[in-house]
Amino acid sequence: MSTDNNLDTPAEELGSEELAAAETAQLASELFAPGVGAQAGPPTTPASGTGTAGEAAPGAHSHGGPAPTGSPAERFTSTDPDAFGVPTGREEAWRFTPMKRIKPLLDGAASDAKLDWSTDLPEGVELLRVDAGDPLLKGLPEPVDRLAALTRQNSAGADVVRIATEAQLDRPVTLGLAGSGSADVVWGQLVVEVGAFAKATVVLDHTGLARYAGGVTVLVGDSAQVSLVSVQDWAPGAVHGGQYDAVVGRDATFTQVVVTLGGDLVRLVSNVQYAGPGASAELFGVYFSDETQHQEHRLWVDHAVPNCTSNVLYKGALQGEGARTVWIGDVRIRPAATGTETYELNRNLVLTDGARADSVPNLEIETGEIVGAGHASATGRFDDEQLFYLCSRGIDAETARRLVVRGFFADVVQRIGLNELQDRLMASIDARLGALPALDEQPVEVA
Amino acid sequence: MSVLEIRDLHVSVGEGDDAKEILRGVDLTVRSGETHAIMGPNGSGKSTLAYSIAGHPKYTITGGTVTLDGEDVLAMSVDERARAGLFLAMQYPVEVPGVSVSNFLRTAATAIKGEAPKLRTWVKDVKTEMAGLEMDPVFAERNVNEGFSGGEKKRHEILQMRLLKPGIAILDETDSGLDVDALRIVSEGVNRSRAEGEIGVLLITHYTRILRYIKPDFVHVFVNGKVVEEGGPELAEKLENEGYASYVKASEVASA
Repeated sequence: MSTDNNLDTPAEELGSEELAAAETAQLASELFAPGVGAQAGPPTTPASGTGTAGEAAPGAHSHGGPAPTGSPAERFTSTDPDAFGVPTGREEAWRFTPMKRIKPLLDGAASDAKLDWSTDLPEGVELLRVDAGDPLLKGLPEPVDRLAALTRQNSAGADVVRIATEAQLDRPVTLGLAGSGSADVVWGQLVVEVGAFAKATVVLDHTGLARYAGGVTVLVGDSAQVSLVSVQDWAPGAVHGGQYDAVVGRDATFTQVVVTLGGDLVRLVSNVQYAGPGASAELFGVYFSDETQHQEHRLWVDHAVPNCTSNVLYKGALQGEGARTVWIGDVRIRPAATGTETYELNRNLVLTDGARADSVPNLEIETGEIVGAGHASATGRFDDEQLFYLCSRGIDAETARRLVVRGFFADVVQRIGLNELQDRLMASIDARLGALPALDEQPVEVA
Repeated sequence: MSVLEIRDLHVSVGEGDDAKEILRGVDLTVRSGETHAIMGPNGSGKSTLAYSIAGHPKYTITGGTVTLDGEDVLAMSVDERARAGLFLAMQYPVEVPGVSVSNFLRTAATAIKGEAPKLRTWVKDVKTEMAGLEMDPVFAERNVNEGFSGGEKKRHEILQMRLLKPGIAILDETDSGLDVDALRIVSEGVNRSRAEGEIGVLLITHYTRILRYIKPDFVHVFVNGKVVEEGGPELAEKLENEGYASYVKASEVASA
């Protein structure tokens, strides 16, 4: 009953028009007609064809196969890399990814290469290593693609950050993960386990040069409040792929902030599932793709229990020839997930010609008993006219771009809540803007 | 004291075989304290003149000179022209999402003055000028031109002129799309700058309506890319009564 709602939005073809939810379910199309925002009222009858799609308890999975009556196919998951086959680039999950550049992470050659770790662990935080047979790993959400399955397999265990029940950390947990330039793939699996009622922020700070396949799972205890900040500030040439999972406990709050600036290719898959009702997840992201950089963020929020909320806000800027970003935002509201409230928004700002942003929001609604659901995507240009306007007020071209991009990113970056990190990221964004040509060096477009 | 001198200005749009000459030898001098009205029918090149002086990249200067106090304006970048004292109030100001009006105004003032304005006096100046243009203070927190009505955009343009205090202000069809109240408010803003005596105004308009509020010292009739007649305020009255038809006809005969 549900249709994929793929809205490819190459910048060349789109103005800044809003792409509201188009054709989802029959019911959803009534609910989310253009102009209807996230606050559509609760309908009184469930959607036709609403079936028993099954609950997604943490770690649950299906092996694909024919979908049950009327419900969308389950996402295939497996810990066995070969169960996925080797992707060719034609698969839905890989069709945007430059396969040559990500190949090392899909070949799967085991290696002993490591990132250099520098850690800051506040009181109440434990960092330990578990081996592959540890029961903790058995309970994690399974890999959704070959890359993630290889990561699980080749990392032969996991590094575990354990935050005690009721812990109130006085500062963030920081894991500095630096690449040292090895050509061998670094395989890493991290589990962040947060006890009930704890309050914690965990920062993963990726820098340096590496080929890194890193899985991250955050297990959020009941009523815990957890922020995970993942910064991809890699050196040029780095390749980073990984699956991020969050299992959010009853009445817990999970916030994820993904900041992707550096590297040659970054492809992150972020999944959220709820272990109990009353939980909320907020997924924020900023990305800035420069010449030839490929930055891909795929999100999957699985509402399978009642009264949970999700809010997704990703913003990206692109500049230079071959700058490429991909944002996929999948939200599924299963029949049992009554009282769900969800909204996702992706905005892209194209600063120069030669860049391309794809944005594909998908919303699958299998119950009418929800508070609200919606999504929007827009890709716009910082164009010559805007630049002319700002410059005509005495503002030089570099400052003008900085003004626009800073304003564009600021509302997301501020969600990190850590001033020092925010300043560093904004400075990094500024530095990239400074490399742009001045107005009179740009090709003139004749209207 | 500023003097803007335009001499035999030729401007075309497009490139190669598609190039089309819009301005065909414009001569004009605007001094501080003077208000010049440029009047002409649609498509006569009035806006091209405004945007060419401001340095819009769409237009190619094919001949002539523009100087401000003897400095070659055409050699300057867009932002340099503004810092030299030129200001263009645009007919269709663009939206700049993500940039608040207050941040924009402060950044522009800093660029024009060469240093950040003192916070206390700046905030007071902005409030005063906004009140003078009957703008709600919440306006300052909105994004530049985003979702502004036509009247709000024009007030915002004049607000910038008031705060940036240019030597020469070019007002491109500032009256278009304004109702009577908004026209009065905007005109009073312009007149406050004129009363201070330091500004030269080049008022581009299709209609004579705004000239009832802003009295020009000189009127230039602009047809087919050049000035075809010049005079005092009485010329506006003639245009009010007779329109542009005779000028357009004469111009067609001349170019045939």
